[in-house]
Amino acid sequence: MSTATAPPPKAPNLNRIGLEVSSYKGGKTTLCAGCGHNAISQRIIECFFEMGIPPWQVAKLSGIGCSSKSPAYFLSQAHGFNGVHGRASATATGAILANRHLITMVVTGDGDTASIGLGNFMHMLRRNVPCIYVIENNGVYGLTKGQFSATADIGSTLKTGETNELPPIDCCLLGIEMGASLVARSFSGDKNQVGAVLKAAIAHRGMSVIDIISPCTTFNDHDGSTKSYAYMKDHDAPLHAVDFVPYFEEIDIEMEAGEVREVVLHDGSRLRLRKLDRDYDPTDKLAAVRAIHDSYARGEVLTGILYIESARKTLIDHLNLVDEPLATLPESKARPGRAALEEIMEELR
Amino acid sequence: MSITEVSPRAAGRSQERERIVNDFSIQVATVNGSGSQTANLVLMRSIFQMGVPVSGKNLFPSNIQGLPTWFTIRASKYGYIGRKKEIDFLVAMNPETVREDVESLEAGAAVLYDEPLGADRFRSDLHFYPVPFDKLVAPVCPQPKLRKLVRNMIYDGALAWLLGIDLEEIRKALFKQFGPRKAKAAELNWGAVLAGAEYAEKHLTKTDPYRIERMDRTRGKIIIDGNTATALGAIFAGVTVVTWYPITPSSSLVESMMGYLKRYRTDPETGKATYAVLQAEDELAAIGMVIGAGWAGARAMTATAGPGISLMSEFVGLGYYAEIPAVIVDVQRVGPSTGLPTRTQQGDILSCAVLSHGDTKHPLLIPASPEECFTMMEEAFNLAEEFQTPVFVMTDLDLGMNSWMADPFPYSERPLRRGKVLTAEDLERLGGFARYRDADGTGVGWRTLPGTPHPAAAYFTRGSGHNELAQYSERPADYINNVDRLARKFESIRRAVPRPEVLIDDAASVGLIAYGTSKYATEESRDQLATEYGLRSSYLRLRAYPFTEELVDFLERHARVYVIEQNRDAQMMALMRMDLAPELAAKLRSVRYYGGLPIDARSITDEIVLQEGL
Repeated sequence: MSTATAPPPKAPNLNRIGLEVSSYKGGKTTLCAGCGHNAISQRIIECFFEMGIPPWQVAKLSGIGCSSKSPAYFLSQAHGFNGVHGRASATATGAILANRHLITMVVTGDGDTASIGLGNFMHMLRRNVPCIYVIENNGVYGLTKGQFSATADIGSTLKTGETNELPPIDCCLLGIEMGASLVARSFSGDKNQVGAVLKAAIAHRGMSVIDIISPCTTFNDHDGSTKSYAYMKDHDAPLHAVDFVPYFEEIDIEMEAGEVREVVLHDGSRLRLRKLDRDYDPTDKLAAVRAIHDSYARGEVLTGILYIESARKTLIDHLNLVDEPLATLPESKARPGRAALEEIMEELR
Repeated sequence: MSITEVSPRAAGRSQERERIVNDFSIQVATVNGSGSQTANLVLMRSIFQMGVPVSGKNLFPSNIQGLPTWFTIRASKYGYIGRKKEIDFLVAMNPETVREDVESLEAGAAVLYDEPLGADRFRSDLHFYPVPFDKLVAPVCPQPKLRKLVRNMIYDGALAWLLGIDLEEIRKALFKQFGPRKAKAAELNWGAVLAGAEYAEKHLTKTDPYRIERMDRTRGKIIIDGNTATALGAIFAGVTVVTWYPITPSSSLVESMMGYLKRYRTDPETGKATYAVLQAEDELAAIGMVIGAGWAGARAMTATAGPGISLMSEFVGLGYYAEIPAVIVDVQRVGPSTGLPTRTQQGDILSCAVLSHGDTKHPLLIPASPEECFTMMEEAFNLAEEFQTPVFVMTDLDLGMNSWMADPFPYSERPLRRGKVLTAEDLERLGGFARYRDADGTGVGWRTLPGTPHPAAAYFTRGSGHNELAQYSERPADYINNVDRLARKFESIRRAVPRPEVLIDDAASVGLIAYGTSKYATEESRDQLATEYGLRSSYLRLRAYPFTEELVDFLERHARVYVIEQNRDAQMMALMRMDLAPELAAKLRSVRYYGGLPIDARSITDEIVLQEGL
């Protein structure tokens, strides 16, 4: 890992912009004890604190469901929007159009993303909307008490004993195929990996899809589940060890050739992907797709940075937007003058 | 030549040798996709340029090529620009419909037709003018591929001669239509106009009474469709985010907006866009993006039609309950379901007024003219941001897609009303705020925008139950407090919406109420009722929902009040019945037309005469 050079000197409990971690906390969770989502909220708090992002610069949006409640449990000093089931993709896109400088985070679930809002999600991907899109994936509808979601694996069962026979929708495969420029999968129980991936997403410019297996202790943490803590402990197959080195820190460890792949992110931060049992190139789209399919055959859940394309154009580039937020554009820029109207009227005479 | 025998009625008319000047309608019957639109618009504009009030209505199928289409031009020295039920002059170009087109005419009407169609076979009481289009087009258009597009201009030339339209005006209108970049194409078309005019002069004998003569009633006016006017209204009102999904008849609104935005809203210093237009994947996303952008502080809008409104229902409820500004233009078409997608109706009034589940109500602004399309967009954005709620602008296909003569639009110098938004400096001074606490008795609370650099800026927006501090709450008292405030806010909106146009005739015991495009036919019907039946009437034209005190006053003054609208179920009258005291509601009568064509004066007059027992 890296260490901070850390100018200016600061008290140990303050981050680089002088805030305490309490500035990044949220309300008390109302989710079940042991819910994976709570661990993810905790990682989000740590990441924004450690990255030194002013919380007010963040907008957090969600749909409907247990996962979509979680934005209330982190970053109370960030505007939050718990909107309509499946449509956080739309509200987030709108918010980004209004203010391109917001660090926009969608935290939502597998019901939102893979079922009711699947079409909208796909289009958000192909637009490469600059946004951190976290899927808290537990394979089950919690708030309506335990129905299958579209990410449930074939053969997994409900508490009632019912077996799912339909193929799952893999949001990472969709992300890779449809144009998201950072695609990762992780497990809520893997503190380091979730943290590093989240930080990479904060530094990345473009759409980051982070599918985090996040067990539902109440409805889907049993023996027939492939989204349980026990299943993930046995089947989690990390592609690499993910280290994140923020742009404001210096690298102090020499890399051994062939051991680490390094990806430079938009803000100058670096992703260092340390080789484990195999070499994996996260910039190779087809290899990524193949690796995911191979992992199915092996009964593994592949985690890590599955795919990254740092330079891909975002929606903001496509629209050629002015630098200042559209929301607060001065009237002098947002309203054409009298001469413009007169010119148009003359053409219509 | 085939001026055929005339029926007794037509004979009577022609014997009188009457001249009917600047008061008749022309209908061009063609095939969709045959390029007749240019010829029709040029004809309409040339009449306009002669100073004669004119309107043009395109009656088209939901089809790209091949199905019948009709374009009706009405010239009216009195300034009536509503649809006229009767056709006086038919241009028959479509073999499939020629029989029906000719048979539906009243005796004495005139028919200019493509000679091979043999239109004179079907009637003997009309004035017939055969023109051999194919023979005439070949010499003026050597390229066979272009002939289909050019040949329609021949009827402009022939009509110019028959009706007395100055050929120079046709030329001017033609070159304006094509623009300087397509002058070569304009020249080719001009050749066809001349060929038509020369043929008419040499081979036709004018027997019908219809004439265009110069007047001075269009000076300074413009010709524009309502969708373009609405688009311009949004642009000059400072719209910054437009998200939409294509749907007839609203698509041309956003498309024309894109053209003007590029011209007038590109930052001259950076060449970058001061706006975002995004074609969404469906109407759910389109309105979701508007809500997201409005939440983040942009002037955001979408444009759609009935099916889109249905899809937007859930998000509009969120906008109402979470109090987020949004402007939704509904260019209404005939429903339910797909209905008649290329025909007009005022069929979404009731659904938009209360769109979404639970107790919801929304302001509707109802423009009746291009000028109002323009000015009401600024009004809609101001209301949406001041009252932090979705606002509907209810136009219709007739207004949106047809060409209207209009006064030039007024440039607004008024500052935009952006509503109660706290800045970081405000928050520093105040220390904090309660998002959903009534700030000043209007029912509206202060809000902050995401990205406001202050630790006290943030609040949590949700469509679930919340208290004044925007905290999650399921407490009955919090819920009631919140929705009662929303009801109070609606009362504040009532005081802020555009007032109706009211004309009181002190001698009248009957009142007519219209809204939107029913205005023109209703105004003409008032004249018909007065001159033909001696029935005087007062008039109120609604320009918004919620209703204002003028409506109550109008009902109190009159014994019977007819609400004229273009839908089956008398939707606006139903809304009135919900709002008004029973003794006032009892005075309401209904006049409806809902066949998909723009409402016409005669239909209104006949219905009122029937109900009045005149």
